[in-house]
Amino acid sequence: MLNTAIEIGWSRKEMAQKAALDIPDGSYVNLGIGIPELIAEFVPPGIEVIYHTENGLLGMGPVPEKGQEDVELINAGKKYITAIPGACYFHHADSFAMIRGGHIDISVLGAYQVSKEGDLANWSTGEPGAIPAVGGAMDLVAGVKSVWVITDHNSKDGKAKLVHECAFPLTGKAVVDRIYTNLAIIDVTEKGLRVRELAPGVTMEYLQEHTEAPL
Amino acid sequence: MINKIVPSAAEAVADIFDGATVMIGGFGEAGSPIELIHRLIDLGTKNLTIVSNNAGSGNVGLAALIENRQVKKMICSFPRTANSTVFPELYNKGEIELELVPQGTLAERIRAGGAGIPAFFTPSSVNTPLAEGKELRLFNGKPFVMEQAIIADFALVRCHMADRYGNLTYYKTARNFGPIMCTAAKTTIAQARRVVQAGMIDPEAVVTPGIFVSRVVEISNPEDESKLVAEKRRYPC
Repeated sequence: MLNTAIEIGWSRKEMAQKAALDIPDGSYVNLGIGIPELIAEFVPPGIEVIYHTENGLLGMGPVPEKGQEDVELINAGKKYITAIPGACYFHHADSFAMIRGGHIDISVLGAYQVSKEGDLANWSTGEPGAIPAVGGAMDLVAGVKSVWVITDHNSKDGKAKLVHECAFPLTGKAVVDRIYTNLAIIDVTEKGLRVRELAPGVTMEYLQEHTEAPL
Repeated sequence: MINKIVPSAAEAVADIFDGATVMIGGFGEAGSPIELIHRLIDLGTKNLTIVSNNAGSGNVGLAALIENRQVKKMICSFPRTANSTVFPELYNKGEIELELVPQGTLAERIRAGGAGIPAFFTPSSVNTPLAEGKELRLFNGKPFVMEQAIIADFALVRCHMADRYGNLTYYKTARNFGPIMCTAAKTTIAQARRVVQAGMIDPEAVVTPGIFVSRVVEISNPEDESKLVAEKRRYPC
């Protein structure tokens, strides 16, 4: 694999911006830890999005100003946050009723691997000595109406992340609807992976070279 | 007369016995009943099964309880966090057991335990390693996995206000597992930032009805776990 993959295409912020522009007005959205967290910065004015954080808040606001942090007001990544006017708090069973019960519109997650059928692996690399930890990922992919993945197109060592079959333990089977990478935006359809948009400078040929699954 | 207020955290946890299953509230440090945990460390009870979302950070609170070799098994969803070193070390040495549960399944197993529901079917974890060995059943053509309720001997939670009946309110995202854990333990012990006269909490604002709570202890200035971790403090010192 070519190591130039990360030098062309979109930056992480641009990937987040692309995803942000696709969120419909009035959506309830759960953002995962990492690149997904950046999305909230790029939602255009006039579009109202309510952010759910699974540790018990609807209406998550931006990071607090320095000195205003509250150790009992955090997000799922255990970072300090704020609550918007009109926010509400709830316990974990209610929070996951929102998730599993299909009340949240969009979940944006990171990924180790996504298969051509939309299988997602994002919780364990299965390596010996690694501490298994799953959090809410399996519930999110099982219940949220639309599951988006945002990830670098290839792993740090240049391996394909969009694969025929996930080698890592699954988070869920046939759960991903759309993938935002630094090279392209790709939909998971019944017929396989379908490219919606290529990043500037990326050709279909180049994209396929960096993708194990057929596009 | 009903009076669930106890004068000290040490008295509140005094009857926790060896081999008990103990639910501990909190998501990270938010809602973690750190004073109750530290009194449990003073007590030295062994072979505990702990049900908690995380496995603690640094060398205080839940991490210190694990480091003090009082925990046989953790039932949790995310034992790997920033500043979490105690659990990973013991786990890799094979000195502590782990039952890894998806977070929503953990919450629902606790809720079911408190509600008298022995088991339920959920879509979470179907087709993953965490569903292996569990009963699968199709509903409307889709597969679901059977998960069993969790009931504990004790629950330790942190709340905002409490009264002598055990009615509780919570504070922001520190609510998390508290309300469901209160329902699912034979003995529920709540540390409250303020204990108020009965009637001072608006009945419409009560989150945990007092029937679910056995003991209340006022801890008006709870320790700040992240601060202790940043200062590299240990418990016991």
